[in-house]
Amino acid sequence: MRWIEVAGALGMTAVAAGLQQSPPAPQLPQAPGMPSVPAPAPPVVQPPRFVVVVDAAHGGDDTGARLSGGVLEKTITLGLAARLRSTLHARGIEVVTTRQADLNLPPVSRAETANEARGAACLVIHATATGSGVHLFTSSLTPTANARFLAWQTAQSAYVTQSLKLESEIDSALAHAAIPVTLGRASVEPMDSLTCPEVAVEVAPLVGGHVTTAKPVTDAGYQAAVANAVAAALEQWRSDWKQ
Amino acid sequence: MISRIIPRVQKYIFFAMVVACVAMAAYLIRLRNRAQDRLQAQSTRAPTEIAETAASAPKTVTLYVPNDLDDSLTAVEWSIPMPADRNAQARVLLESLMEAYRAPDSTHPMNVTTGIDDVYFLPAPQGKRQSGDKGELAVIDLSGALVAAQPSGIEPETLTLLSMMETLHANLPAVTEVHFLVDGQPRETLAGHADLMRTYLAAEGESQGGGGR
Ligand SMILES: [Zn+2]
Repeated sequence: MRWIEVAGALGMTAVAAGLQQSPPAPQLPQAPGMPSVPAPAPPVVQPPRFVVVVDAAHGGDDTGARLSGGVLEKTITLGLAARLRSTLHARGIEVVTTRQADLNLPPVSRAETANEARGAACLVIHATATGSGVHLFTSSLTPTANARFLAWQTAQSAYVTQSLKLESEIDSALAHAAIPVTLGRASVEPMDSLTCPEVAVEVAPLVGGHVTTAKPVTDAGYQAAVANAVAAALEQWRSDWKQ
Repeated sequence: MISRIIPRVQKYIFFAMVVACVAMAAYLIRLRNRAQDRLQAQSTRAPTEIAETAASAPKTVTLYVPNDLDDSLTAVEWSIPMPADRNAQARVLLESLMEAYRAPDSTHPMNVTTGIDDVYFLPAPQGKRQSGDKGELAVIDLSGALVAAQPSGIEPETLTLLSMMETLHANLPAVTEVHFLVDGQPRETLAGHADLMRTYLAAEGESQGGGGR
């Protein structure tokens, strides 16, 4: 069985910095008439780095679903991920992506990229021709307490509680943008192996109703509305997230 | 020479482990043969059972029908003739679900006529029922036709699996766990998303079934 060590290196550094005693400021003999030099400020505890991992699902031979107009899901997810990356950058949020081209990428490589980035949030982007609005999914694993070593296949279990909070923030932001949302739990690779608060964001077409106008997943305005709402949620998550 | 190097205790342990391995292998082969016999008996019986189905009295069953628009499962009562054999009952339940999928006003449209190749039961490896009895693992062997008709996506695929698991669990409560095969073989995903390599808890839908606002 494969294991992941999750000693929060950044967290440990922060704690160590917090515990470190600052040496007393040296008392320099002051020359007469010289202005006084302020003592150096005590070291500031650096907050953990806030990184968002964006995984454009599918790619290469794995085309994903076939959407309206024969467009492949792998193409839509790549476009959506790029849109989200630039929207997040514009809000000053650092982003790590698992792929930026049409290539075969096994789930294990995606999980490795995400876990090495120590993401404060991991978003797995999918698209489907079924349903309406945005489907948010978290892992179906039962939440467990955090531990130093986590089994690779169930590593997400230690983060499920945080993932549900992140999902709730994205849900609120999408609702605010009048985009219909459904919430669910699912068992889809590589979600169970990610060691970060994670949500799968599956974008479906907008079905026309009394509140919404019908729009395909390929609609640029619809994609921008989804990306903006998700980015707003992550900006909120930056204040709410605790490592 | 070697016998002098290896302590006697370790030798005993080694031989005990060899005996245990042989015994376990024999037990597993016996279990496998029994399961095969059951399957064979069932496939030869199947036509008669279907004939019996037509004759048996209708029974009210609960089907969990998915709705793609709000990611929900709705319990619907159907009155259908049920055979006496449990394997055949499971097949009738799941084929009735397929009928709901392909109905003209379906909320989870899938054009599939024969979605289930087989269903058989094994003692559940981990599950126990609330009564304390050992639960059952239902192995649902899906047809290639169902996989071909399944729309790709996390939501539609998860709903298909949850609706089958919930329907089996509601009508055959001894079923605590469910595993899926496709044409008798293990398969990674249903249509690119929902994991088919794992064993699901049959009541999983009750706790994790989604739902829109
Ligand atoms: Zn997908």
